[in-house]
Amino acid sequence: MKRLRRWLLLVVVVAVLLGGWMLLRSGSAPVSREASRIDAATLKDPALIAKGEYLTTVGDCAACHTAQGGARYAGGRVTATPFGDIPAPNLTPDRETGLGDWSFEDFWQALHSGKGRHGELLYPAFTYTSYTKVSHDDALAIYAYLQSLAPVQQTTGPLGLEFPYNVRASLNAWRALYFKEGVYQADTSKSESWNRGAYLVQGLGHCNECHITRDALGGMRSDQPLSGGQIPVQNWYAPDLSTQANGGLEGWSEQDIVDLLKTGHSGKGTAFGPMAEVVARSTQHMQENDLRAIATYLQSLPARSATPPQELPFDTKTLVSQGTKVYAQQCASCHGKNGQGVAGVYPPLDGNSSVNEPTGINAIRVVLLGGFPPVTAGNPRPYSMPPFAQSLSDNDVASVVSYIRQAWSNKAPPVRADDVGKYRHTPID
Amino acid sequence: MAAYNRRMDTDAKLSQARPPVPRGFSRIAAVVLLFAAHAVHAADDPATPQVPDTIQQRVASCAACHGVHGEGSPKSGFFPRLAGKPAGYLARQLKDFQEGLRKYGPMEYTVRHLSPEYMQEIAEYFAQQQVPYSRSPVPRVSAATLQRGETLALKGDPARELPACASCHGAQLTGVQPHIPGLVGLPYDYLSSQLGSWRTKTRATVAPDCMAVVANRLSDSDISAVSAWLASHELPADLHAQPAGSVTPPLHCGVLGDGA
Repeated sequence: MKRLRRWLLLVVVVAVLLGGWMLLRSGSAPVSREASRIDAATLKDPALIAKGEYLTTVGDCAACHTAQGGARYAGGRVTATPFGDIPAPNLTPDRETGLGDWSFEDFWQALHSGKGRHGELLYPAFTYTSYTKVSHDDALAIYAYLQSLAPVQQTTGPLGLEFPYNVRASLNAWRALYFKEGVYQADTSKSESWNRGAYLVQGLGHCNECHITRDALGGMRSDQPLSGGQIPVQNWYAPDLSTQANGGLEGWSEQDIVDLLKTGHSGKGTAFGPMAEVVARSTQHMQENDLRAIATYLQSLPARSATPPQELPFDTKTLVSQGTKVYAQQCASCHGKNGQGVAGVYPPLDGNSSVNEPTGINAIRVVLLGGFPPVTAGNPRPYSMPPFAQSLSDNDVASVVSYIRQAWSNKAPPVRADDVGKYRHTPID
Repeated sequence: MAAYNRRMDTDAKLSQARPPVPRGFSRIAAVVLLFAAHAVHAADDPATPQVPDTIQQRVASCAACHGVHGEGSPKSGFFPRLAGKPAGYLARQLKDFQEGLRKYGPMEYTVRHLSPEYMQEIAEYFAQQQVPYSRSPVPRVSAATLQRGETLALKGDPARELPACASCHGAQLTGVQPHIPGLVGLPYDYLSSQLGSWRTKTRATVAPDCMAVVANRLSDSDISAVSAWLASHELPADLHAQPAGSVTPPLHCGVLGDGA
């Protein structure tokens, strides 16, 4: 830990010097709204605002920029990161506390380059690592929509970051490692739909921000986008999105993907946890052709290499046989004794990506929490799952999760009672 | 499952009943029929669970703690009874959890993505349940404490500007439609912890939050006294909430649409 701190201190010193030099060089001062190249009449165009409203929904900006029970887009939800808490700012056009004084140039600098109005480096909890791919026209529409909202006066809380993360210039080093600025460039060898899907998934949809493994500095491993990863602090596992051999969504058809994004469930699985939130607020409202485009793109993700079976350091036989009993008593009446589920009602567990993801977190937490799939137009009165946190011991949960991860065609490693104990107390938001 | 099949069949019949059928459409109809046939076949398979298309089945998540009929957990007093509480009150609680006015992680998680319509339907289901009340253990308290509890519940304490519970919750304390819950027959632990949570701001509702005002005027010993009296008070013969408009609350309450 001490060594890491010292190393980080060095990074900070270098970054501050580098940052100061770059700031002197670039000097990105705010552009006043009067001096903006975008005139006021353009921003009033109802078609542009409507397009912006749609894109803001696609980007699910409200997810972070709306507090629980708070005014939409007025900020306040805190994103917990391994480095500290980062509250999302107010996007409404309030002059004092929101974006009221921001010109489009300022907005573009934030979205595209990850820099605030005064050129200060933004924390990548605001996922400009993805938004940099958003086109200039789409960014303008989003800006026009946000500026059309009723201003809400609501101050954003302070950053909860500790040294060295509270030194913004340290982000220079981070950006050098993990941030590549640039609008999405179409691949002309691919179809229009594929390109639209890639644009939405990589850019505004910022899917890769969760569906990837992050390293100790919170950077994304860039070599295998959308290959799945544990969401830091929230502790859910965002599965690999490849539909091909050994992929997390192996065997998912285009329709399965569209169904899940549109209705919250498909023949292969049901959205829960953070993905339920994404479906409820964002993807269910997306146009059919955009959903199809996303599915087209995801289906083109490459096959993954098979994970070699691991030697397990603990006795799994007793665990799994105990889990067989728990399954028969608690789970089979809905999910079926063969884990096949009930079409349109309860998801199958056999071949389910969330059952089989590498860590077992999702299955453990779903057993503990139960809950409802998202309410959508396509599934307005979803069937729910009981929580078992209050009735099953850590050992029972571990046994039943281990059983379902090994039953039928599933071949995922078992989990331990200790893991269940850990996730039993994970905060829910 | 049965309704699911029925819907499929109806769709198929509808598409057949409209000549002339365009080519693509008949193909869709064929697929629908195939699906319907598949669903029927699946239903015949004993391994596939039979799922009743009922609200009771849909709210299995609620039943795990609150009981299938919303009877709560009278023994532990932790999971409150829902059965027979006014629907408006129950729907309001779901919304308050959704908006973080009431704080309890598992409830906030469970209701996070429910629509107002669905929450209303769930609330009505539990409001309609009629299950007998079972008594919960009450801590042993002195006769004087019980007396103090009774005074607070039925008369209030004008010196501390405390209205009687009965002035809002009904003369029999069985609640008032559609937004005011009954208080009799609830466990001591539940009642006292709710009054406490208004003071620690883990339970709130739309402003002006009249119960927060009341809870903050109660002393710690008042909370024990009124909770003990309510939990041990003999149940009236009719436990239904009084009709709407039968009380005139002495405080402004946002939940009753009184934002003044």
